[in-house]
Amino acid sequence: MTIRKQNLQLIFSFVLLSALTLILAWRVSPQTPSGTSVGTPIGTPVGAPAPPPVPQATASTNLNVVVLDPAHGGTDLGARGTEGIRESEVVLQFATQVRRALEAQGFQVVQTREGNENPSFDDRSARANAVRGAVFISLHVASTGLAGTARVYTMPDLPSANDGTGLIVWDRAQAPFTSLSHKLGDLVQAELARRFKGSPTEAQVAPVRQLRTTAAPAIAVEISSVSVADRASLDRMIPGVADAIARAVTAFKPSYVVPVIAPAAAGVHP
Amino acid sequence: MNTRWQIWLALVLLAAVIAAALYFPALRQQVDKAKQLTEKTAEQARRELLPPAPVASGDPRVRAKMFWGSREQDGKLSPVTVELPLSSDPALRAKQVLNTLLAGPVDPESRTLPPDAALLAFYLLPDGTAVADFSEAIGTSIPSGIQSEQLAVDSIARTLEANIPQAQRLKILIHGQEADTLAGHLDLTQTFPVNTKLLSLAAPATGQAQTSNTGSVAATP
Repeated sequence: MTIRKQNLQLIFSFVLLSALTLILAWRVSPQTPSGTSVGTPIGTPVGAPAPPPVPQATASTNLNVVVLDPAHGGTDLGARGTEGIRESEVVLQFATQVRRALEAQGFQVVQTREGNENPSFDDRSARANAVRGAVFISLHVASTGLAGTARVYTMPDLPSANDGTGLIVWDRAQAPFTSLSHKLGDLVQAELARRFKGSPTEAQVAPVRQLRTTAAPAIAVEISSVSVADRASLDRMIPGVADAIARAVTAFKPSYVVPVIAPAAAGVHP
Repeated sequence: MNTRWQIWLALVLLAAVIAAALYFPALRQQVDKAKQLTEKTAEQARRELLPPAPVASGDPRVRAKMFWGSREQDGKLSPVTVELPLSSDPALRAKQVLNTLLAGPVDPESRTLPPDAALLAFYLLPDGTAVADFSEAIGTSIPSGIQSEQLAVDSIARTLEANIPQAQRLKILIHGQEADTLAGHLDLTQTFPVNTKLLSLAAPATGQAQTSNTGSVAATP
């Protein structure tokens, strides 16, 4: 009886060991293309918490806060290169450097994500929409395009966002800001063109979903590309991109005055 | 059972655990491959169920202008003239030119749409809105990025503009549904302008046409 009990204990131990080994083997084996096995997200969840306190805007110049948006994240890896480069990871590195460069210029910087999570488009926009006097910069790395170039996109003009209440309609929140966005976009693109040969000299217009619901001057910066053979060539672009954005936002600051949305029905400015 | 047998049993179990641990990653890769193959097969099956491109034997062969990616200029479109049997009915004609666009150019590098994407349906509404319904592959197989998605939409819009004068704006559906984005970047909730001259004369009945300047034409051969 004692011998049988010992054998049962031995077999049970090995079954437990087997299960643990198989679980370990499963986790260290290559990820599925869909990325469904990505581990628990880290960092602060975006959306639920209230945005950080914002400095009061002055009468003529309202720009104090820059919202940086590293695109994708979580199970959404974004563009993926043949060498295993993932857009969702690279943009976080870009964001870190851009943040430093902007903070060195005296701007308060808010990120839509700081770890491997994937807030919704609306949650990301909410970070800028809850702040008066912000600009929004979405960072992307493409899977196409001439390697070593960078493009800036802004939303096309949208119909008026004034629904008569004086409030901005969420789905067209970008509408009052498109001309400011074009101005900011052109400034950033000009700085990028100086540093990265082959980049356009002016910002391009494209209906980027992330920008539509953002009630602030908003641009998307896209770097080419995850398809490079050597990851180091992308890394070498980071300081130039950071410096270009910081200089352009600084140059944009004096001309930024938050547009006033007048309630059409009452005919009174807030 | 004596101690000797217990040692043998322990060794056998240990060997089994090690073998399983070594085999498991390979097994998982095989499962992933099989899964991809099944997804592809499902997509192919869906395409096979689709009615063939409506080409009537009586359709005259006419010159159609297709817009694929430019080899010379990054991020630009280039018009290519091809001779096709095209119907005089605008909706049928649109299906024919879009199927040709999906089939792709001679040079695969100039493709703007994924090769496994299919046009499921096309409608031309009385107000000039062209509704093109594509299979999921148009979003899942396209290279990710603002530039590539914009080029894809512009190639559809410019091809319709060149061949279907009645089309004023384009609405893209994915498998019969309105999608938030094409592949994570480009906004599909609104319409894209097709014929900007007509658009300036007639305002859209629903939605707003959104313009772009990214997929401008590189050169006319």
